[in-house]
Amino acid sequence: MDTSRRRVLQLLGLSAAALSAPPVFNALAKEAHEPAAAPQIGPSKEALTAKQWAMVIDTPKFKSEKDVEPLVEACHKIHNVPHWDEKRWEIKWLWATHYEHAFTGTVSRRFVAEEVQHRPFLVLCNHCENPPCVRACPTKATFKRPEDGIVMMDFHRCIGCRFCMAACPFGARSFNYRDPRPALKYTNKQFPTRMKGVVEKCSFCVERLAEGKMPACVEASEGKLTFGDLFDEKSKVRELIKTHYTIRRKVNLGTEPAVYYIV
Amino acid sequence: MNDKKLIVTGLVIFLIIVLFPFWYNRGRAVPPPEVKLTEQAKAAKECVLSKDYMRSEHMQLLDLWRESVVREADRIYTNPKGKQFVMSLSNTCLDCHSNKADFCDKCHNYASVRPYCWDCHIDNPKENS
Ligand code: SF4
Ligand code: SF4
Ligand code: SF4
Repeated sequence: MDTSRRRVLQLLGLSAAALSAPPVFNALAKEAHEPAAAPQIGPSKEALTAKQWAMVIDTPKFKSEKDVEPLVEACHKIHNVPHWDEKRWEIKWLWATHYEHAFTGTVSRRFVAEEVQHRPFLVLCNHCENPPCVRACPTKATFKRPEDGIVMMDFHRCIGCRFCMAACPFGARSFNYRDPRPALKYTNKQFPTRMKGVVEKCSFCVERLAEGKMPACVEASEGKLTFGDLFDEKSKVRELIKTHYTIRRKVNLGTEPAVYYIV
Repeated sequence: MNDKKLIVTGLVIFLIIVLFPFWYNRGRAVPPPEVKLTEQAKAAKECVLSKDYMRSEHMQLLDLWRESVVREADRIYTNPKGKQFVMSLSNTCLDCHSNKADFCDKCHNYASVRPYCWDCHIDNPKENS
């Protein structure tokens, strides 16, 4: 029928017009909303940045436990790391160990220079370039920050499954078997504590880097530790690695630790 | 239908039990919570966003802040008025609102919500009230 064909064509025309309308409406609506500025989110201006943060530890400068203690203290104090006398509940971000334990599988352990055998070796999370803990974490509570290579933990998200602890070959992670608050020697109110059932480890002091400060242990070390960008050829850490013989922990496993030891 | 009596009695008992809370609380209005502001909060006049938004949606803002700080390495929030804040529950929010019992707890208890922020974030960072 004629009328019906005409009607169909009319409808088609109208639909086409309607389809082209939304962009016009959107543009109008946008203009109406423009004056109220949207909130902005960004990094702080003083933040220190790098492509891959790394640390160089000048181990000959550490003679005894006495040289290590202030550094561990500085870290554990500002990060509210609890101190348990009971060994199995122990939480540690930074601690000292023996040469043969630090470098299992990397160095010959048969006969070792006496001085080296007695030297304390500081160990902490290596912020590996290829971190197995990140791959093991089912919730992405542990992740490698693409901005600066720091292996971070989102404590809010950790379910305490401890897969990351099994995956980390360096024992860098600790699990809170109990509520950590009663075991705090000092409380830094500027930094949160953790709760029972959460894993924790060294964070390369992200909260300090964001304020333009060096990590607390580096600051307390009086030059024994050096911190900088591994991927920047002119950085202090690269300079040290170029001019000194350095080793890393368990390189045979391919995690590419970012903590280098001058021996 | 020999069980009619039994069924009706059962139904009546069931209804009484189910409706008991309504009957028990009838006519009793729980007064809405009254939060107290610290001197610091009063002096600041306005929070990060408007009072109404903060009252109903502060958890959304906190969630956004958490995500930005922990995962994106962004720490500075500029509100629509151009004022800047460090996105930190411990050091920004709880610095001003350092009276948990008179502020946070008031509404949380009224609404019967138990957020676990304080399991980790230490209440009252500056010890003023
Ligand atoms: S040292 Fe362990 S916890 Fe740290 S990044 Fe490497 S695998 Fe992960
Ligand atoms: S314990 Fe936490 S961080 Fe570790 S794998 Fe499980 S969820 Fe991830
Ligand atoms: S870098 Fe920071 S978190 Fe890591 S051991 Fe040093 S002080 Fe502790």
